[in-house]
Amino acid sequence: MIRVTRSAVIDAPIERVWAVLRDFNSHTAWHPAVGESEIEGGDPPDQVGCVRRFTLRDGNLVREQLLALSDPEHVSTYCILDATLPMRRYVATVQLKRVTDGDRTFWHWQSTFDVPRGREQEFEQRVGVGVYEGGFEGLRAYLRRGLDRRATGSPAQAPGAAGDLPSRGIIVSNFGGPEVLQYRPLSAPAPGPGEVRIRQTAVGVNYIDVYVRAGHYRMLEPPAPLGMEAAGEVLDVGEGVTHLLPGDRVAYACPPPGAYVSVRTMAAAQVVVLPDHVDDETAAAVMLKGMTAEYLLHRTHRVRAGDTVLVHAAAGGVGLFLCQWATALGARVIGTVSTEDKARRARAHGCEAPIVTRDHRFAHAVREATGGRGADVIYDGLGRAAAEDNLEVLALCGHWVSYGQATGPLEAIAAERLTAKSATLSRPVLFHYTAQRPALAEIAGRVFAALRDGNLRVDLRHRYPLAAAAEAHRELEARRTTGPLVLLP
Amino acid sequence: MIKVYVSSVIEAPADAVWAQIRDFNGLPKWTPFVAESRIEGGLAADKIGCIRNFRLKDGGVIREQLLTLSDYDFQCTYSILESPMGVENYVSTLKLTPVTDGNRTFAEWWAEFDCAPEREGELAQSIGEGVFQVGLDALKGLFRR
Repeated sequence: MIRVTRSAVIDAPIERVWAVLRDFNSHTAWHPAVGESEIEGGDPPDQVGCVRRFTLRDGNLVREQLLALSDPEHVSTYCILDATLPMRRYVATVQLKRVTDGDRTFWHWQSTFDVPRGREQEFEQRVGVGVYEGGFEGLRAYLRRGLDRRATGSPAQAPGAAGDLPSRGIIVSNFGGPEVLQYRPLSAPAPGPGEVRIRQTAVGVNYIDVYVRAGHYRMLEPPAPLGMEAAGEVLDVGEGVTHLLPGDRVAYACPPPGAYVSVRTMAAAQVVVLPDHVDDETAAAVMLKGMTAEYLLHRTHRVRAGDTVLVHAAAGGVGLFLCQWATALGARVIGTVSTEDKARRARAHGCEAPIVTRDHRFAHAVREATGGRGADVIYDGLGRAAAEDNLEVLALCGHWVSYGQATGPLEAIAAERLTAKSATLSRPVLFHYTAQRPALAEIAGRVFAALRDGNLRVDLRHRYPLAAAAEAHRELEARRTTGPLVLLP
Repeated sequence: MIKVYVSSVIEAPADAVWAQIRDFNGLPKWTPFVAESRIEGGLAADKIGCIRNFRLKDGGVIREQLLTLSDYDFQCTYSILESPMGVENYVSTLKLTPVTDGNRTFAEWWAEFDCAPEREGELAQSIGEGVFQVGLDALKGLFRR
């Protein structure tokens, strides 16, 4: 067995030296013998057990595993897992000690390993001189040039707190049509107090995005990124965030806009952890529409077995969920759709009587389907064009729930027109129902349970690269899509 | 229990520095604050358990017992049996490590002990700076290149 020991004094405080050396992947930045290096599986470089895979400048490939890391002792121990070098049982320890006399750092680097007989001298030199002594010089130069202060995770910051991360995303350059959506490089700052930074893997597209893009809902000032819904993995969290941890799979559906990006820093309060049975794309497709269906069916109006429910745009994103879930609750579901093909889809999701209408005239068909009684509750995402027929087909004591205005804003409705049927008109907004975390958790939890139990099925047919968001908007507005759309960063 | 830690770099190979300090009875040879020293009971100075009885230049008498002596690790650990300092459970280590880069020595000297709480600051100061740093400075002076 060979033992190689090298040590040096570095003219910098131990905190500064350790901030570099505790990062198991930092050697690519400061060691002159190391080429490319990465931590396998994207693990954090201070996670014990993580593996760095790197090339040496001489072409050799090495995989090393972090065995021990101690911040109070300033010790890092690692071993070679495999290498294109004839070295066996290589275990090395880096230890730093403070030189109190001058506030410098003593760096001790030692390893033991075996090599083929007769090559001990050669490897003592390669490791001792090439790796350890070369490393001392490399780190000295790195610190002298202040490169550690420029790198992310500078020693002034807490471990794990990195600076800005590069991101890419779709911004609204001006209010207008799909052409105002532009794909641009962005950056995601380190999360502040109460914030989380998420590497997003799937982004949901919703009709509200169209309203925001067009300027109908003034939720952003251009240029700014669009979008309300996404799923991904937590990179880091800011101070005071206790319900999320780095590595958690998460999703959200909430204002303010900004979801059409690859890495996002945002308020953590509206972000929920995903259960294993809900994959990222499903979450991005279901959070906003599924939580909308949940509150519409359980909170704005409590649908009961035997109710007659009229769902407009029954083959749309929210419409399909309303059909499935209302059916599971024992209601009888009637729907309106624009094409025969959408009628088939709505029927396949529990809509017993889909009515095909392109001009939003459906009163006659609903009366026929209900024996003249009408609907106990109407879920209306259409707005202006459907208003007259809605009032006409509402059953006595019925509830007209107007949660969207795809055909234009509702015009003023005289209160007497509701009196005529003892009707109730609601104008609910999802984000009011999810504003408090306990309610958010309950609503999201019920959506995840409905997915698990099969009461909600997601038929995801429309996937677009994030850069093609404008195309996704064109398809959505042209009513050429059925069910959810997601963008993939 | 408080800990005092001092370290420095000495411009000489560790084995040379060790040869200077391994003699548990040799404080008068290299520290500026010890006037005279003897080993109680006529024991050898490298016999574990031996007690050095020395007098400081300011007149105080201290008895210290050798607990560890390692020629392999260049390390010496001892405890205080009696002293005028007012410390309890005092255990101290002086340790050398070679600095291969420049063939120098990294020297560490630390102690852990108990004392009256109001004296912690004063003792940490007088031991850290008045004893350990002064001792290491003396070694640096002896081996100045």
